[in-house]
Amino acid sequence: MLGTMPARAAADRTRTGLTLVVGEEDLLVERAVSGAVAAARGGPEISVDPEISADPARAAGPASHVDAPAGVAGAEYGPPVHDVAAGELALGDLAELTAPSLFGGECVVVVRGAQDASKEVAGELTGLAADLPSDVTLVITHVGGVKGKALLVALTKQDARVVECPKITRLADRVAFVRGEFRRFGRTVDESGVRALLDAVGTDLRAVAAACSQLAADTEGTVTEAVVVRYYRGRADTTGFAVADRAVEGKLADALELLRWALAVGVAPVLITSALAQSVRLIGRVASAPRGSSDAELASEIGAPPWKIDVARRQARGWTPDGIARALAVVAEADAAVKGESASPGYALEQAIRVIVACRAR
Amino acid sequence: MRANGVFADLIGQGPVVAELESAATAAARIVRGQAAAGMSHAWLFTGPPGSGRSVAARAFAAALLCGEGGCDRCPSCHQVMAGTHADLMLVRPDGLSYGVKETRNLVLRAASTPSGGRWQVVLFTDADRATEHAANALLKAIEEPAPRTVWLLCAPSAEELLTTIRSRCRLVTLRTPPAREIAAALVARDGVDPQAAMAAARAAQGHVGRARRLATDPRAARRRDEVLAVPGRLTGLGPALAAAAALVKAVEAEAAAIADELDGSEQEALRRAFGEGSTGKGVAKAVRGSAGAIKDLEDRQKSRRTRLKRDAYDRALLDLAAFYRDVLAVQSGADVDLVSAGHEADVAKVAAGSSPETTVRRIESVMTCRERIAISVASLLALEEMTLALAAG
Ligand SMILES: [Zn+2]
Repeated sequence: MLGTMPARAAADRTRTGLTLVVGEEDLLVERAVSGAVAAARGGPEISVDPEISADPARAAGPASHVDAPAGVAGAEYGPPVHDVAAGELALGDLAELTAPSLFGGECVVVVRGAQDASKEVAGELTGLAADLPSDVTLVITHVGGVKGKALLVALTKQDARVVECPKITRLADRVAFVRGEFRRFGRTVDESGVRALLDAVGTDLRAVAAACSQLAADTEGTVTEAVVVRYYRGRADTTGFAVADRAVEGKLADALELLRWALAVGVAPVLITSALAQSVRLIGRVASAPRGSSDAELASEIGAPPWKIDVARRQARGWTPDGIARALAVVAEADAAVKGESASPGYALEQAIRVIVACRAR
Repeated sequence: MRANGVFADLIGQGPVVAELESAATAAARIVRGQAAAGMSHAWLFTGPPGSGRSVAARAFAAALLCGEGGCDRCPSCHQVMAGTHADLMLVRPDGLSYGVKETRNLVLRAASTPSGGRWQVVLFTDADRATEHAANALLKAIEEPAPRTVWLLCAPSAEELLTTIRSRCRLVTLRTPPAREIAAALVARDGVDPQAAMAAARAAQGHVGRARRLATDPRAARRRDEVLAVPGRLTGLGPALAAAAALVKAVEAEAAAIADELDGSEQEALRRAFGEGSTGKGVAKAVRGSAGAIKDLEDRQKSRRTRLKRDAYDRALLDLAAFYRDVLAVQSGADVDLVSAGHEADVAKVAAGSSPETTVRRIESVMTCRERIAISVASLLALEEMTLALAAG
């Protein structure tokens, strides 16, 4: 899975001018495409990579831009780029795009969404890929499903560099992604930091990537839970879930520390009871699900994202049905206390967390 | 015996209707400058939920403002029902209580002379939700009423108002309408089959609106079935959590359906009221007035949605409590009509599989859940606590 990381993908490149980007994870597809284009054009992003500057097949790249006529397809460096959607191509368009130009230079053609190509265009695309002129770099994206599968099979038979970008759904892959992102910025992140960040930002990979780059830019040292939580203190739900996670995992001291801190920065007590309820409930639903249910099945039945199901499965170890029932009752009691006229919501929450941790051992 | 005109909507309240009609007759004599007894300046309508407190107060207001004692056909009657009559001030709680400022403004307006030459009526629904300061401001107005001002207050019970206010109001107590009369009304007015009408009336436990919905809206009946199917399904952690989630869904759907229906018919009534008598110069004024009235209506409908949701939870929980009371009746061998009509087999099964002590504990769990929801504990959480307790026995 780490092979999908753009940093690695760039290093993996073979001498072929054909790159096939397969999968639905938009962010990764986009990165793979721009990586391949930048490599072909010898732009500054890639030229720092010694492997690429040492590549004789591309040696002409950086040099050729000097001669490239100004104003070609918005090019600043290197050969022109034609970025087209396969579904909008007509027969002959590709031939025209790759025909030797007046200036005889190279060109880069990006064909997006190959699964949408018409039968004729698919044939033309396969033909072009099979007999690619030496001065053409071809980058093709394909979502990888059933649609347009024959074309995909035909293309993979060519001497192509293939970059797989499947949808990231498993927690482990998400964690690997976050670690890879920080590595790109020359930073390290520990496990608690990864978890806190995913809790705070959610499942959208673009949001996760943006958060990683923000954190890398705005903080120092190893990225830990404390760093993430401090950074996201404005996002109240984040801290509520952090408290809840520690509580259901039986980490009393951590949970209480986070609770006090959350209350100190002004997180509303009702958000903490709400997070506690969600965590215990999810463990209950996961623990009582029929054996062998997949994350995806459970996710759609319960209405929670698959990665949360994955987290809940791990947290569910150590919980009994009896303990879960008691813990939910305690959370209901705490919710009543913080919504009623409890003199000290903080005390009510602290008591609830102590009991939840005790329920776990039952 | 069925009343006519604006009082036709009051079911099973014969004595109350007679009293209000004679008061309206006396009021009409006063308007004509004749001597009359039997009219009062302040009235307090009490009675259990669904018995028709605000229906009675609204009908009485219409009777006072109509030239024919509440004909239900004239523009004045329609305007009262739509809430747009110039001499009727409807006061409803927007949040959960009235403040003193709103009440003072109200008192000032209430003292003005009625534009229609009859009465200035102030209808205060849920008067029990007035704050103490607000109640005191109200008290002054009731103590020294303007000659043509009538105060109509509604509250679940007289005990929930300040003694001083209570003692100055004429008390109208609605009873829980007997199932027989509710059923008869459903047959006569809604064309419901007599047997289905009786089952719905019994299941609604005296709540007229609820009985009508159960008898005429298959969705409402289905949702009640869903609620009553819960006890038989609580076999462990997973089913209990799933049942709580399903209950939330069913109850919220019912509340939304009721709110949609009320919203629609009110907007209809409002349009009709503004459409009437609006010829010539009146039209522009009516159009201008209607924009404000529609905005106001929308605001009230929004806050009502919240209350309807809470009420729907309460009804579902009362259905559930009634189920376990039926279980207890079966367990103690009492020979009574079961409230959980249509679910006798479930009642029998639960009764055979548990002890009366367990049943009492279960009823307590349901009641705890009601209290939790009343103070806004997260509904799903409160229901989960309950279904888990019910499953544990
Ligand atoms: Zn009339």
